[in-house]
Amino acid sequence: MESAILIAENVSASYRKNTVLHNVNFKVNQGTLTGIIGPNGAGKSTLIKTLLDLHPRLSGSVTFFQQPFKKAKKRIGYVPQRGSVDWDFPTNALDVVTMGLYGEIGWFKFPSRKHKEKAYEALKKVGMADYADRQISQLSGGQQQRIFLARALVQNADLYFMDEPLAGVDAQTERAIMFILQELKRNGKTVMVVHHDLQTVADYFDHVLLLNRTVIGHGKTEEIFTKENIGKTYGGNMRWLIGEEEKNVVPSYH
Amino acid sequence: MTYTAWILLTAALVGLSCGLIGVFLILRKTAMMADAISHTVLLGIVLAFLVTKEVSGPAMLLGGILAGLITALLVQWLQSLKVQHDASMGIVFTTLFAIGVILIATSAGNAHLDVQHALMGEITFIPFHTITLPLAGDIPMATALLMIVLFVVLFFIAAFYKEWKITTFDPALAASIGIPVAAMHYLFMGLVSVTTVASFDAVGAIMVVAMLIAPAASAYLWTDKLSVMLILSGMFGVSAAFTGYVIAAWLDTSISGSMAFATGIFFTVSFIFSPKHGVIAKAVKPAV
Repeated sequence: MESAILIAENVSASYRKNTVLHNVNFKVNQGTLTGIIGPNGAGKSTLIKTLLDLHPRLSGSVTFFQQPFKKAKKRIGYVPQRGSVDWDFPTNALDVVTMGLYGEIGWFKFPSRKHKEKAYEALKKVGMADYADRQISQLSGGQQQRIFLARALVQNADLYFMDEPLAGVDAQTERAIMFILQELKRNGKTVMVVHHDLQTVADYFDHVLLLNRTVIGHGKTEEIFTKENIGKTYGGNMRWLIGEEEKNVVPSYH
Repeated sequence: MTYTAWILLTAALVGLSCGLIGVFLILRKTAMMADAISHTVLLGIVLAFLVTKEVSGPAMLLGGILAGLITALLVQWLQSLKVQHDASMGIVFTTLFAIGVILIATSAGNAHLDVQHALMGEITFIPFHTITLPLAGDIPMATALLMIVLFVVLFFIAAFYKEWKITTFDPALAASIGIPVAAMHYLFMGLVSVTTVASFDAVGAIMVVAMLIAPAASAYLWTDKLSVMLILSGMFGVSAAFTGYVIAAWLDTSISGSMAFATGIFFTVSFIFSPKHGVIAKAVKPAV
């Protein structure tokens, strides 16, 4: 069963005075794991933020589950870039994960024991249960990223957007995160991930969205993630990379 | 209550309200917004005076809230037109403050309002200006105003505690789960405004900035927990107010000046000796 749960039509957006996204069109089916790939400044983060109404959309329309964003909000989870928050904020790991439940808890109420337990379960899932009480500035980059992932998991959304969850993390964290993303996919969730490491794309994602201010290619990884398309996306500056594809990386998940 | 007791109570209320609000100013990295608002509420107070022709608490509060929100809106608007944040702030608050100063000089000069008073406050006069309340009897107007404002501040911090936390820590996530980040921002600016207006009489526009920022910045160095930071900041605010009074009595000098000076001492001590983030602790303990 394939159904488009995210449809973007003619989306454009600008950042400062420059148009960064124009005429972006794509449809995402349920149960896919998509890598959003493109060079720096291609508008990958801006695309996610624009879809989620966090950044003004100049034109076009976006629907989630055949509804506008406002109505589908509860079914959507968002993992911002790790660098977008101040990790010196006075709080601990469990508390940050609990924040994922604030929408569900509602106004004028405090998180209950039940919510804390849910958050703790999510921490366990990302292998961070031992760090629940740890002040967040004392966690490594990879651990902070896992906290962010746990926070998205407690939201129990159907569609997730993750902005560079694998940037600057250690190998163990990368494996842990990819394992969870694969599991989300197996459970019928849809995940879109901004990714920067071209060499792992084929192993990690079943779909790719090649982006450079507009959609260069979108579809199944084996069809779209070709040398030619990559060249088009990166403006031919990736010559060093061609040939790397033969490099035999054992796919860890499938 | 004695004259001194009223002054101490008033100072403590200033310290407590400012200490609590200050925590979020620091964590939201908008500490200097307090500076801007503390100046522009002068315009609000003057306008309230010109409209009502008297120095009344509620009118001043309303005028202050209005001026504070206008400041926040104008800063945001200039920023959306690509003016840098700090430049927008500098332009907006000096202009509004200047209008306030001109209005005082031309239209309100003979009243209770004057620029010197607005900048420095005069806590020593507070006990002379009383109002009669049903249960409490005669209490100084500034003190009554501060009690109301403290209650309002406590109410909003408690009622929206988790919303303050999430909009401060991660506004993008907050927005994505449907928390009105912009509305919370203006509500917060409103709270900063009322706190500033109420503290105005006691410590004035310049000193209130010290009360808003220094206790919270000190508390930030002592703890890794938001709730503890709020409690500590409130305690530091009250203690600094008391210490300031003692210094002023001892040296026979400006009370508001001494209080602001005391907040500086609290910060310096915290900065050096805090077991978590102090200079000594960092030197002794190897980096994690």
